[in-house]
Amino acid sequence: MPLLKVKGLKAYYRQTEALHGVDFELDEGSITTILGANGAGKTTTLRAISRMVRTEGSITFQGEEITGLASEKIPRLGIAHVPEGRGTFVRQSVEENLELGAYTRKSKSDVADDVERVYAYFPRLKERMKQQAGTLSGGEQQMLAIGRALMLRPKLMLLDEPSFGLAPLITQEIYDIMARISKDEGASMLLVEQNANIALNLADHAYLLETGNVVMSGEASILRDDETVRRTYLGY
Amino acid sequence: MDLFLQLTLAGLAIGSIYACVALAVVMIYQATDHFNFAQGEMAMFSTFVAWALFQATGSIWLAFVLAVAASFIAGIIIERVIVKPVESAPVFNQIIVFIGLLMIFNNLAGWFWEHTTKTLPSLFPEDLGFETTLISPHNLGVIVFTLALLLVVFLFFKFTKVGLAMKAAAANPDSARLVGVSVGWMLALGWGLASAIGAVGGVLVAPIVFLEPNMMSGVLLYGFAGALFGGVNSPGGAVAGGLIVGVLENWARQYVPGGSELGLTFALVLIVGVLMFKPAGLFGRVVVKRV
Repeated sequence: MPLLKVKGLKAYYRQTEALHGVDFELDEGSITTILGANGAGKTTTLRAISRMVRTEGSITFQGEEITGLASEKIPRLGIAHVPEGRGTFVRQSVEENLELGAYTRKSKSDVADDVERVYAYFPRLKERMKQQAGTLSGGEQQMLAIGRALMLRPKLMLLDEPSFGLAPLITQEIYDIMARISKDEGASMLLVEQNANIALNLADHAYLLETGNVVMSGEASILRDDETVRRTYLGY
Repeated sequence: MDLFLQLTLAGLAIGSIYACVALAVVMIYQATDHFNFAQGEMAMFSTFVAWALFQATGSIWLAFVLAVAASFIAGIIIERVIVKPVESAPVFNQIIVFIGLLMIFNNLAGWFWEHTTKTLPSLFPEDLGFETTLISPHNLGVIVFTLALLLVVFLFFKFTKVGLAMKAAAANPDSARLVGVSVGWMLALGWGLASAIGAVGGVLVAPIVFLEPNMMSGVLLYGFAGALFGGVNSPGGAVAGGLIVGVLENWARQYVPGGSELGLTFALVLIVGVLMFKPAGLFGRVVVKRV
């Protein structure tokens, strides 16, 4: 049974249909990426899973339908969303941002351990733990967003364009850490990217989204090496 | 010199009441970007409830505690039933709702308790155990009590999980939802707390200004002045602003020729002046943001 199964997913912003019946699956422990241009519906797909947009169709997580739930219930299932634009709590400290990531968890000592675990992945956050999060650089805020998601001990991480607005070197650094996280934590990842190259290097499986429809899917390594796909859809 | 000290201390006492109102206003402003114009009338109504409970029980402290608790619950209910349905309505509709609430509470209080002034006794003992001509026992009690209350509120927001979640929900509702914070309930809780803090202010001011349905209209204006002066996005600033406005007002009444007639004018001048020259207020934090 797949960890996440999306079937016939349509999503709406007011009257506008942004997804026109999207199907995809994600296996436990895997990294799946959704690629596509601006406006293809990548962010909307993640927002649909987190119940931030109105949808039709079915989304099951661990075999259970989640479309009837409110947004704030989704993290309780073990789904952590790293949103577009990072969603930093700018006036709170780095430490408080991390604590908020563990909001749904009860045990204080576990949470304290996990803060240290996040600092081990992102030593730069530890240096800035008392600092107002809004003063961090873009790359550091992205690290903080991923760290905040880790604080949930997630079964599934939804990652919305971690490379957005970052220099190539920083992007690479963050992707290297994501690879480590995937291996060490056993968290599955659903990764949305415009930077197809770097996402295909990390992912096991890929879906290509074009104006609200899945137009192609397959193993990431195969898509990456297929010149026609690259030229037609990925543009590099 | 004694007169100056007396004026200053009395100013701090009335200022700490303004600080309560300013804090209540700022708490809701931070969460919703709107001024709750009904904050003062809600506090006035709470004070009448305290008065009625005092008549029934004979204990001012019991009446006070019950009235504050009732105000907390009423604040939550008002948010859920009246404010939430207009949450995503245009700004103008929301302002009308707040003004509507103001009129409703004002008229309800007049209807239930009539417009004759009532007296509410002070929460604090007449006898301090020592002699001073600098400050009245009630005013001293007001200063100590509100400072303690504000400290508790500060600690709540600084060190508790719910406090942190409330700040997160106010500042970034989408992100707060994504980590599992129930944003709607945090807003309701904010209304409850603001309403309870306002009730404290009302019960403390009643022995000074007499209890009647228009008791809080002036206090609310000073509270607004304090909130703006300190900075509408800074709860600590609002408290400081309230205290400063109280002291300045008292000085102005004494030292400005004809100043005793100019109290409210002074508050309005302060509001207009702050908006013109320093819109962020004295202690308003400018949020540093890098993108």
